Amino acid sequence: MSELAIQTEQLTRTFGDFTAVDRITFDVKQGEIFGFLGANGAGKTTAMKMLTGLLTPSSGTAKVSGMDVYKEAEGIKRNIGYMSQKFSLYDDLTPEENIEFYGGVYGLRGQELKQKTEELIRSVGLEKFRKKLVRSLPLGWKQKLAFSISIIHNPGIVFLDEPTGGVDPVTRRQFWERIYEVSNQGITVFVTTHYMDEAEYCDRVSIMVDGRIDAMDSPDELKRTFNASSIEEVFIQLARSAERGEG
Amino acid sequence: MNPIVQISGLSKNFGKVEALKDVSLEIFDNELFGFIGPDGAGKTTLFRILTTLLVPDIGSASVLGMDVVSDYKKIRPLLGYMPGTFSLYQDLSVEENMMFFASVFGTTIEENYDLVKPIYSQLEPFKDRYAGNLSGGMKQKLALSCALIHKPELLILDEPTTGVDAVSRKEFWEMLHVLKGEGISIIASTPYMDEANQCDRVALIDKGEILNINTPKNITSEFKKPLYGLKHPNKYELINRLRDFEYSDSVHPFGEFVHYTDERGKIDTDELKNYLNVNGIREPIIKQIDPDIEDMFMSLMKPEEMDV
Amino acid sequence: MNSFKGFVTKEFKQIFRDKRTLVVLFGMPVIMLILFGFALRNEINNAQIAVLDLSKDAVTRDLTQKLASSEAFQLNTYLHNYDEVEEVFKSGVVKEIVVFEKKFAQRLTREGIANVQVITDATDPNLANIVQSYTGAIIRDYTQELNYQGKVLEQGIQPVIKMMYNPELKSVNLFVPGLIAVILMLVSALMTSISITREKEMGNMEILLVSPLKPIHIIIGKVLPYLVLSVINVITILVLAHYIFEVPFKGSYALFFGEAILFILTALALGVFISSVTNNQQTAMMISLAGLLLPTVLLSGFIFPVESMPAPLQMVSHAIPAKWFLIVVRSIMLKGSGIEFLWMETLILVGIAMFFMTLSLKKFNVRLQ
Repeated sequence: MSELAIQTEQLTRTFGDFTAVDRITFDVKQGEIFGFLGANGAGKTTAMKMLTGLLTPSSGTAKVSGMDVYKEAEGIKRNIGYMSQKFSLYDDLTPEENIEFYGGVYGLRGQELKQKTEELIRSVGLEKFRKKLVRSLPLGWKQKLAFSISIIHNPGIVFLDEPTGGVDPVTRRQFWERIYEVSNQGITVFVTTHYMDEAEYCDRVSIMVDGRIDAMDSPDELKRTFNASSIEEVFIQLARSAERGEG
Repeated sequence: MNPIVQISGLSKNFGKVEALKDVSLEIFDNELFGFIGPDGAGKTTLFRILTTLLVPDIGSASVLGMDVVSDYKKIRPLLGYMPGTFSLYQDLSVEENMMFFASVFGTTIEENYDLVKPIYSQLEPFKDRYAGNLSGGMKQKLALSCALIHKPELLILDEPTTGVDAVSRKEFWEMLHVLKGEGISIIASTPYMDEANQCDRVALIDKGEILNINTPKNITSEFKKPLYGLKHPNKYELINRLRDFEYSDSVHPFGEFVHYTDERGKIDTDELKNYLNVNGIREPIIKQIDPDIEDMFMSLMKPEEMDV
Repeated sequence: MNSFKGFVTKEFKQIFRDKRTLVVLFGMPVIMLILFGFALRNEINNAQIAVLDLSKDAVTRDLTQKLASSEAFQLNTYLHNYDEVEEVFKSGVVKEIVVFEKKFAQRLTREGIANVQVITDATDPNLANIVQSYTGAIIRDYTQELNYQGKVLEQGIQPVIKMMYNPELKSVNLFVPGLIAVILMLVSALMTSISITREKEMGNMEILLVSPLKPIHIIIGKVLPYLVLSVINVITILVLAHYIFEVPFKGSYALFFGEAILFILTALALGVFISSVTNNQQTAMMISLAGLLLPTVLLSGFIFPVESMPAPLQMVSHAIPAKWFLIVVRSIMLKGSGIEFLWMETLILVGIAMFFMTLSLKKFNVRLQ
């Protein structure tokens, strides 16, 4: 196994004559928390779709968990976890049933699945909610549950697409502590967010503008390079230069 | 100053869910007032009552001096409202959306062009584009222009910046300041705590209850304990060690820092540094810092109720 | 009034921009008419029959020959006695058995009357009915022939069956009025309810409610475009029916369109009503399809005659606007009836329309709850 969780070179995707992602090259190390920032329409979603094997690139190369996005999309899907703000939890099933379903999808069976389910319910603190429908859970708990389910199969990488949108500040922090925990276990975390303070929690951050990666470094280094007091300032400096207009 | 919104003892339930619990407050003329709170705090319900779209269960509310229940017909034309789910007509162009909302409110773009110009002029290069093909930030600008087109006395904006990137958010607030300068009163809600500083006064709201109402400055000055910011490359370990500390009160990651309060209040930072050094956190940076709205919000929040 | 105009303009723009829906809306009547006209016709071809000839004379042989040589029938077998009847039906191939009584020709010439028994396999009642009618028609033809030849006097051969107004039993004549009802329900009720609930889903309804537009403006603005589309669809169906299937139109066009608009208004009111009790497009669509379209197809007499339904279903069918509309339109088109014969049905339609319009206006809330 390579030390790199994600490795891209000149990765590009065009739609007609529109270049959504423009020759991006970057590496993400195993176990790293990697913040993937960018303005609306900068190309984050398209890039993310290519890395998760949902969209074939137009040109360039990319390897995720050592697998090629062109040839081994199915293998990649088995080796990654994914959670988005519009969660994938079933509202009309209980947490237990959701866990069992997704566990089943990733090939967990019998005793192993049972044990995993117990473990997960306990680690999220959902003992009292196990028989309630997910619909009735507070938003923050749903997100914690969705995150835990997304890593039920011990993937090498987990992709989080704006995982903390709209939740209260305390839950948001609890969520990030879970991220630290997971990263400490060696799982790579690839995360997008609109909360600029959350960018500071990442080991490294990339900022996309007009389909390109215009900056990539640790938060401290970025602030130093751009002579800014926060990542938000760096972001605003870069995004203001965007030419795409935000169309 | 003249109150333009007066709310007293307002409650609203949806089945078993208490969306608003005994809310009372006043908002004054030409204020830029913010409701800050996470999803599900009750912001949207409150706004729908103010826009006369919902009737409260208990309590009363008046807008522009008129009762939201009995005088709803008189209130409605004076409001500019941007609902949280509002997504314009995707299959109409920018200009057609504007013309539609102008005509619905019995006016024309030309008539109130001066008011919307600072915002709408940014959209004019794209006026033939379908609203469905605009980016998040542009959509918000168009929605704001549509809400403004009939020159309302009061703008009510429900989470106008949600899901929009930091740059567009900043620009959006800049536009609101311009509008306030034109004499329009503005009520807006947001889940982004840092946007509180853009408002004249804010109400912190959570689980249907108002936690605090004040100017952003006064709210943070009410933070009772001295607040310390700590920094170390291994943030995860830093958090865990701080939690283990015997006098630990609250520990929250906060951007590049970890915010810490101590049960004893003011402390000797060397003592804490020593503790950390002994426990594997070498040479942490520790300094006393000023709290911000988010620190205050977290200290006021009640813990999540576990029995649903 | 200016705001209302703006609203209607917007509605038309949205409808014409949604190309896919537009194709469905205008293509559907054509496709359905062709389907019903060609594929689902009730005419029969080569239905297998058996003959039990207890007389075996010149007339019965002649008649058997006539039946067998018709395109509708194919002679499968001859039976020898009654005991074989059930056996033959059980095999499932034979749909009808024709029994000539003893001394058929003799009775016919002496008494001027002779009996034919027509036994049909009614496991498929529709088919049985049609087979029976065809047989009747062929026998009647033959009798007439005999009459001309002066061989038989007076009554001739029983049974005498007469098919009026639709002598060729062309099913397309019956389907066209039913099709009009279905299309109008679909376009008027379904599309209206979807279009209003979409405003709710997108959050635009909140703004419209807060705006100076009155609820009645919103309702009329929403239904007007679909009224126009519906009328265009009716004309399309009539033109196609006339030129491709030669369906007759005997009555007054003015009366026909008056009744059609009455029915459209009922359907539109139903659409508005549905949208006032639902909050998303999916539910609105399900209610429209299950609650309006299915009854219109199944219980209005469009496909299955109301008379052959069990009593409770007949009661239900009275509440279905399409049932009355169907009676009216069939009478106008095929019989040329005027309002003097149709006033009762028309009044019932007016009643239903008024009821749902009032209901939907009352239900259309000025608030969100």
